[in-house]
Amino acid sequence: MSEQKTKSKKEKYQEVAYYPGCALEGTGHAYNRSTKALGEELGLKLKEVDNWNCCGAMEVKNIDPKIQTYLSSRVMSIAANKMNMDVVMAPCNGCYHNLKKAEYDLENDDKSKEVVDRLSQKAGHETYQAGQVETIHALDWVKETIGEEGLKERVKNSLEGIKIANYYGCMYTRPRHIFPEKDAGPGTESTSKPHFMDDLLEAAGAENVDFPLKTACCGGAHTLSDSDTSTRLVSNILQTAEAAGAEVIATECPTCHSGLEMHQIRAEKTLGIKTNVKIIYFTQLLGMAMGLKPKKVGLHENVSDSFDFVKKKGLV
Amino acid sequence: MPIHEKSLIRPENLHVQENIEVDGVDVSGHWSTFIESRVVTDYNEAIEEEIAALPGGEYIHRCWQCGSCTNSCTVNAINEDFNPRYWIYLIRMGMESELLRDKDIIWQCVSCNKCTYACPRDVFPEGVMKATAHWLELKGHTPRSHSTIFDDIFSEQVIETGKIEDGRTVRRFFKQTGQNLQQPWLIEMVKRMLRNLPLGLMTRMGLANFIKPRTSGWSGARDAIKEYVSEQEAHHRTALGLDDLVKMAETELEAGAAK
Repeated sequence: MSEQKTKSKKEKYQEVAYYPGCALEGTGHAYNRSTKALGEELGLKLKEVDNWNCCGAMEVKNIDPKIQTYLSSRVMSIAANKMNMDVVMAPCNGCYHNLKKAEYDLENDDKSKEVVDRLSQKAGHETYQAGQVETIHALDWVKETIGEEGLKERVKNSLEGIKIANYYGCMYTRPRHIFPEKDAGPGTESTSKPHFMDDLLEAAGAENVDFPLKTACCGGAHTLSDSDTSTRLVSNILQTAEAAGAEVIATECPTCHSGLEMHQIRAEKTLGIKTNVKIIYFTQLLGMAMGLKPKKVGLHENVSDSFDFVKKKGLV
Repeated sequence: MPIHEKSLIRPENLHVQENIEVDGVDVSGHWSTFIESRVVTDYNEAIEEEIAALPGGEYIHRCWQCGSCTNSCTVNAINEDFNPRYWIYLIRMGMESELLRDKDIIWQCVSCNKCTYACPRDVFPEGVMKATAHWLELKGHTPRSHSTIFDDIFSEQVIETGKIEDGRTVRRFFKQTGQNLQQPWLIEMVKRMLRNLPLGLMTRMGLANFIKPRTSGWSGARDAIKEYVSEQEAHHRTALGLDDLVKMAETELEAGAAK
């Protein structure tokens, strides 16, 4: 155990338990494809969590938050107890957030521990104990293993001349207390002004614009149940990105990504607000910068069509 | 009795009389606007405790009304009537009818957690908003919102199978809320989705309609969760006195029938 702890993050994250989650098997498939392709290209190993379940997303907590804690704990329990892994990597902000929240609650709240233990026993698997695994985001994964210097060395198609607004959304940084490793001094992620995605894309040559809505909300939780609100929130994000000079909004969450794509169209159809900014996953941008073909990173699976754009920018 | 300052400025509480004389003085017209009573008589002291008994509402008592939640609120920025700070005040004071004025928008909280991030007292306002929306529905003040309907469809699928398939959830949601799937923007989106999709993925998405994605060996977890949910529901009904209400109604009905 002590040996484990002395391992650097760089070593620890070389091989991680991969938790794609439901969205990456559906609307966010492009993110799944590009994450796997990028990992392969960078020589990082992903072992998909065996027989995983939904983390509870944004919805189950509204039925009861402790069921969400249980659902997320089951995923971590499999990674720890069945697969013997000590790092779970979740590219989806929702999954990442829920696993982090479960970790926090199981560390600090006795009632949550009690409920999770009871449900795990009845379901017939080992109860997850706080601290068994470390949950990280796809951004941490690339940043800690390859880093900016490593990316610079590997760039084949520079993102030079592409102006990017980095959009992180809500779940990656809020609420602060479930992310104890953030805001922890130099080199760590910031919850008010996150920069990991900016750092990685800049290393690949991109020009990041000054984008004030990095952690604004896209209304993803109510994307269908209160579409008018979501459309207004999304058009604000899209218009602000364009006003800041961005040609691309880089995303790192399937809910944000599909929300931006969907309401970009809805804003055009219902409010007459047309925006041209492209919406591309950061893993797609990095993958193409590493020389992967657009289809290899699932560009054809995006709703927002950016084929001509990436051709024009010399990424093909 | 405290002055209920907010309602003073509401147009429906301001009265202008065309012809009125008081003690021989003509007080007609705008220069003598009458304001409705400011006295609050409809306190419901149980509200705070009831909302605190629902998930998310636990820490409402910590609030000291700094307003950081409303100040940081995503929804407040596009609708100024959406005011978490004020609702927490009303709940803690027990001003039920004033709270009910906003009953149709409270569910619109988008759970962005900016309030929870900003709150210096760890009230978890996002949770309080969910608990309040839940309370309004349980008490019968509002019908189930679209958000609740979506949560229920989604959660039911997760609890039954362990996983979610987007397409099915979306179709069920549109059906249950009586919305037409044939909306111009939705059609346009599907068109653009299909434009570049290879046949393989389309087939996979089509298959998901027949072969539901599921976690294998899920039945143990499913039963355990269902049992827990029904326990919690019973607990909430007791906390909100809903069973007593039903019993009271039944007794009344029986008494009425006997007569």
